[in-house]
Amino acid sequence: MTAEQIIFFLTGALILVSALMVVTTRNLVHAALWLVSTLFGVAVLFASLDATFLAVVQVVVYIGAIAILFIFAVMLTRRNLLDKVPQTNAGWPWAALVAISAFAGLVFLVGQMPNAGAQKNVVFGDPLMALSMALVSPDAYVLAFEVASIMLLAALVGAVYIANRK
Amino acid sequence: MVHLSWYIFLSAALFSIGLYGVLARKNAIAILLGVELMLNAANINLVSFWRYGNNALMGGQVFSIIVFAVAAAEVAVGLALVIAVYRSRNTIVADELDLLKW
Repeated sequence: MTAEQIIFFLTGALILVSALMVVTTRNLVHAALWLVSTLFGVAVLFASLDATFLAVVQVVVYIGAIAILFIFAVMLTRRNLLDKVPQTNAGWPWAALVAISAFAGLVFLVGQMPNAGAQKNVVFGDPLMALSMALVSPDAYVLAFEVASIMLLAALVGAVYIANRK
Repeated sequence: MVHLSWYIFLSAALFSIGLYGVLARKNAIAILLGVELMLNAANINLVSFWRYGNNALMGGQVFSIIVFAVAAAEVAVGLALVIAVYRSRNTIVADELDLLKW
């Protein structure tokens, strides 16, 4: 086994175990901390895929902002969290069935995929430079980038308004 | 070498775990945690297809950045709604938020 494969398997195991803990643990603060572990594993995968900017953004935005926001929300709504009672609703076996059949269907589809055994291509040029050019170039994705930034601003203003105590 | 299908299998497993979390959890914040797992699975797919395909085209990474922005917006609005609901109903258990149930 090459070092790349070992890193992939360790990261994959970290991601899947942490994700299972996120959906099964009773204490929501612990669930949010397991989410941090999952997100960090995904950041490692991004780095292994040569998406360096996304790996850093994953750590800064997801772990630094979103996961911390989750922890704050858990603490703000903690008064009757009831850690002792089961945290799943009555239909959880059906939910597990749906999730397992979705996984089986996806595995079947990936098996049909013609380029499933593809190898990594050589990285063309400097991906970071290409990404930054693509984000601001009128020929590429500047419109999507600006629309996303306006959507984010609108969502944050809306969130402040909704959560504001009247 | 790590094949493309390995990343896709990992992302399928992560997506299914997130789906289970969304469907089975009682707590509204835990449901949002499941949504985050599913968005991350989609991001792994996008980036791995970018890496194994023609990586001179940056569409995969740009799409992934848009997903980051959507995830941040979704979490901000979702958690604000959860906090507002908690203030008025004093619960965030999804089963008990049945005001619109006829």
